[in-house]
Amino acid sequence: MDFIITLVNGLSLGGIYAMIALGYTMVYGIAKMLNFAHGDIIMVGGYTILLFLPINPVLAIVAAIVFCVIVGIVIERFAYKPLRGSSPLAVLITAIGVSTLLQSLAQVLFGSAPKIKQINLGALQLGDLKIDYSTIITLVCSIIVMVVLNLFVKHTKTGRAMVAVSEDKGAAQLMGINVNHIIMVTFAIGSALAALAGLFYFLKVQTMTTTFGALPGIKAFTAAVIGGIGSIPGAMVGGLLLGIVECVCQSIPELSSYTDAIEFSILIVILLVKPTGILGKKRREKV
Amino acid sequence: MAILEVHDLEVYYGVIRALKGISFEVNEGEIVTLIGANGAGKTTTMQSVVGLIPKKSGSVIFDGNDITKTPCHKIVHLGMTQVPEGRRIFQELSVYDNLLMGAYSMKDQSGFKNDLEAIYTRFPRLAERKNQIAGTLSGGEQQMLAMGRAIMSHPKLLMLDEPSMGLSPLLVDQVFEIIKDINKDGTTILLVEQNAGKSLAISDRAYVLENGSIVLSGTGSELASSEMVRKAYLGG
Repeated sequence: MDFIITLVNGLSLGGIYAMIALGYTMVYGIAKMLNFAHGDIIMVGGYTILLFLPINPVLAIVAAIVFCVIVGIVIERFAYKPLRGSSPLAVLITAIGVSTLLQSLAQVLFGSAPKIKQINLGALQLGDLKIDYSTIITLVCSIIVMVVLNLFVKHTKTGRAMVAVSEDKGAAQLMGINVNHIIMVTFAIGSALAALAGLFYFLKVQTMTTTFGALPGIKAFTAAVIGGIGSIPGAMVGGLLLGIVECVCQSIPELSSYTDAIEFSILIVILLVKPTGILGKKRREKV
Repeated sequence: MAILEVHDLEVYYGVIRALKGISFEVNEGEIVTLIGANGAGKTTTMQSVVGLIPKKSGSVIFDGNDITKTPCHKIVHLGMTQVPEGRRIFQELSVYDNLLMGAYSMKDQSGFKNDLEAIYTRFPRLAERKNQIAGTLSGGEQQMLAMGRAIMSHPKLLMLDEPSMGLSPLLVDQVFEIIKDINKDGTTILLVEQNAGKSLAISDRAYVLENGSIVLSGTGSELASSEMVRKAYLGG
């Protein structure tokens, strides 16, 4: 019985990681950059939700998504776009700078003291099984998000164009695809997913700080690399795997204090065995 | 009437002057070929005209529009596209999706079905393999797909960069037949080829590019019989 609860918790946490990992992996696949400010978009989403929650929960969710999308697009337009074509190191450092900027801004606006807000949605009781509704909602929503995203990428013209751009920017331009536009759409989708992840992660930890996004961000980045960075199904698999491992480790008293170490060790092992990640493909370098 | 006019086009790679101010034009309905050895600047010319690499100076006029500074994707919307060197089909997408991407610039989606049927009729192999991942096609099939993908956008001017590269002699003949066909349907063609004999045979006019400059021009048959071209490019 406990195992089922652990599994559901793991899938639910994994769903959060997967949503964040999708942002990392899509941006990497299309803009060929690691957006280390992605974790802080989760924090932006979290604070937006806290701000609007007293007015209306639905409004809070919508506001968080809209605001995160705007922040994501603005960051891309003013921080990353001018660096298109310059060295990956310059882009990486800029991303770290944007991350620090967002955290500092949040500190100026909301202070450095943690904000705690208890949200209890109750629990589902099935015989001996007791599972929080927030866990179930997280799990169901993350599955819906992943299915919708998959359909979008596979069956819409914009989704196919995203795959085309990630494979060959030059050839995509020869199709008349505006690469800058596709990159913007990718940042928008990634940021919307980060906002949702912020909501669900807050339901889980119920504490808001300026570094709220750091830990789930780095875990999700690990998940994206484990699954194969650049691969959308890879991010989903990596996220779910990491979530389950985390919850299983935490449920075993002897292992619980080593949870993070075990998760990152999995990354090391996978990189040693299959450097491209579980579902990552070896790409031909194009000249 | 010239559909494409290139004036004094200069392109640099860093400090290296790859194109030293070339001028040429392509008239509506023509097949025009640029021939030249490896490194002469043929692909550079193609890519800079279509906006994939920046121009240092000079101007490019296409169909009455100055496209010197226009980004590539907008040029495609004006009716010029290119089958790039090495085909560069989208390996991870299906044959169908590659053709869908070819039609990306079409505003009117109602014609898509008919265009697709026309491609499948012209290239029956693509119809047989429409749901196959494009990366698994043979080289010849990939070339057919690259050409099919390009004509999905109904270009007024189609540029082909080394379409015969890496293909068997039989397929090379087929590719040149298809180019003639596309041209007969009203599409102007600008061709870059190392296979000078075959390309001059189907060309109305041609230019010879050497070290980033145009050294010779004339009709296809004039160049095919020119002493210099025969020595340098036709093995005679």
